[in-house]
Amino acid sequence: MDTDKKPAIVIGAGPAGLCAAIELKKAGAPVILMDENSKPGGQLFKQIHKFFGSREHKAGVRGFEIGKELLAESLSLGIDVRLKTEVVGIEKGLKVWAVEDRSRSYTVDAATLILATGATENALSFPGWTLPGVMTAGCAQTLINVHRVLPGKKVLMIGSGNVGVIVAYQLMQAGAEVVAVIEALPRLGGYGVHTAKVRRAGVPFRCSTTIVRAEGKESVERAIIAKIDAGFKPIPGTEEVLEVDAICLAVGLTPSIELSCLAGCEQIYVPELGGNMPLHDQYMRSSVESVYTVGDIAGVEEASTAMEEGRLAGIHAAWSMGCMDEATMKRKTEETMGRLLSLRQGVFGQKRFAAKKRIVEQGAPR
Amino acid sequence: MNADESLKTTGAPSLDELRSAGMLPSVADFGNKGCVCIECIEEIPCDPCETSCPQGALMVGTPITNLPVIDRGKCTLCGLCIPACPGLAITIKSIQGDKAKIRFPWEYLPLPVAGQEAEMVDRSGQVLCTGRILAVGNPSRNNRTAVVTAEFPGEFVEEVISIRRDHGRI
Repeated sequence: MDTDKKPAIVIGAGPAGLCAAIELKKAGAPVILMDENSKPGGQLFKQIHKFFGSREHKAGVRGFEIGKELLAESLSLGIDVRLKTEVVGIEKGLKVWAVEDRSRSYTVDAATLILATGATENALSFPGWTLPGVMTAGCAQTLINVHRVLPGKKVLMIGSGNVGVIVAYQLMQAGAEVVAVIEALPRLGGYGVHTAKVRRAGVPFRCSTTIVRAEGKESVERAIIAKIDAGFKPIPGTEEVLEVDAICLAVGLTPSIELSCLAGCEQIYVPELGGNMPLHDQYMRSSVESVYTVGDIAGVEEASTAMEEGRLAGIHAAWSMGCMDEATMKRKTEETMGRLLSLRQGVFGQKRFAAKKRIVEQGAPR
Repeated sequence: MNADESLKTTGAPSLDELRSAGMLPSVADFGNKGCVCIECIEEIPCDPCETSCPQGALMVGTPITNLPVIDRGKCTLCGLCIPACPGLAITIKSIQGDKAKIRFPWEYLPLPVAGQEAEMVDRSGQVLCTGRILAVGNPSRNNRTAVVTAEFPGEFVEEVISIRRDHGRI
C-alpha cells in the first residue's frame, strides 16, 4: 500500500464493486478490490444489449462497453485489483482472510469493508433436470457471449422476466431457435419492449405454463410442458411435447449473502428482491459498523442500480475514512440518490422502490 | 381485460393497445410524409430516444419513466432515434400510392442485402407478405444496430413491423 492507513476492501469487482472502488480511490482513500474470477466486471461482459436508463446511467451503451469503461477508469486510477482472490473469512475487527490463486492465504486488516458479492441464479427441479442441456439462462449467456459456444439449436426458455427474454433474444442473435418462452404466472414478467422484439421473431410466449419433465437419452431431446391451475399444479391433459436440445432456467436470483453472514450483518427477508439480504441504511451501511453492502447482495435489481449503490457506499466510506469533507459527501450522495431514484420509478421500479424503502427504514441506525 | 393484455400475455402489443396508448399513427400520418412509430407503452426508466433527437421532437422529460411523446411537426424523419432505442421499439413507416415503406432496427446476422426479397412479418412474427429490401445502414454511430429499409404492399402498413429472421443460415 502507498500509505500506512488501513485500506477499504471491496469484495466483488462487478458493476457495484467497481463503482465503489472508483469513488473511494478518487477521494484518495487506500482501496483493495478483490474478486474470485480471473477477470473483473462481474456479469457486465456478458451483456451485449444496449442498457436502459438515462445518459448519466449510460443508457444506449451496451453492457460490456460499460464494463470496459469502468475497468479503464479503475486501472487509470491505479486501484489495487486482486483477481483470482477468494475471500473465505471475515473476522472481528474487519480482518479479511483471502486465498489467492487457490494456493496462498493471507489476511488484511480493513478500515472499511464493502460487500459487492452479487447474486446466484435459482434452479428449478423437475424430472430430467440433471440431463446435459438443462442450464441456467446466465450459463447460456456466458457460453454464447463470452465463450462463443452455442449450447443448443432449439431452446426452451423457462421464465419471462428480463433475464429470460434478454437471453432468449441473445440466443437467437447467436444463431439458435427459441422454441418457446414459458411463464408460470398468468402475465409475462419482462419489459414489454423486450418481449415484443422476441415475439416479432416468431417466438411463442406461454403464460400459466410450467415444465413437467425433460427427456432424452444422453442429453435433452424434448421438454414436456403443461398449463397450470391457480395453485400452480399442472392440469392433466394439457401436456405438450417440444422438440428441444437445451432448456434454460430464468427463474430468479438469490443474493449471495455468505460473507455478510460471516461479517455478522443482520439479515432481512424480502421476497420481491430475491430472499434474505443484509439490512442496510440509505448510505448502504449494514448493521455492522464500517461494513457496507451494495448491488445484488443488497436486493436483486439491475446493473444500473448496482453501479449507483456502489457509488453511494464508496462516497460515504471515503468520508467516514476522513478522505472527503462532509459538504462534498453530502452533495455527491444527493446526486447519486437522485439518479438511483429515477431508476426506481414506473410500474417496474415502484415495487423495488417500496421494497428498498422497507429495508432502509428497518436498517436505519438504531 | 387489462389495457396491456396482449403485451403481457402474448409478448406483443395489439393494434388496440397501441391505439389506446396513442402510439398507433393514423393512415393520414403514414401518407403525409411518413411518420415515426414508437411502440413503448410501458413505463420503464429510459430516455435515449429523447437525447438522440437533434430536433427536440421526442419528449420523455422527468421522471424518465414517462412514455415518449413525439411532435410530428418538428420531426424530420432523420431516423436517428431508431438505433438509439435500447428496446428496438421505433420504426418509421410511410405510404406512397399502393406501396408502403418501413425503416426498422435489426440486430441479427446475416444482415439483409439491398435488392433482396424479404418476408415481412407482423408483431407476432407471422409472415404477411413479400417485400423488398431497399437499403441497409449500419454506420458506427449506430453501435451495431443496423437500420433496414424495406418496401411492401401498402395494405399491410399497420401490421408490418420487421422481416423474418433467416436463422437457418448464419
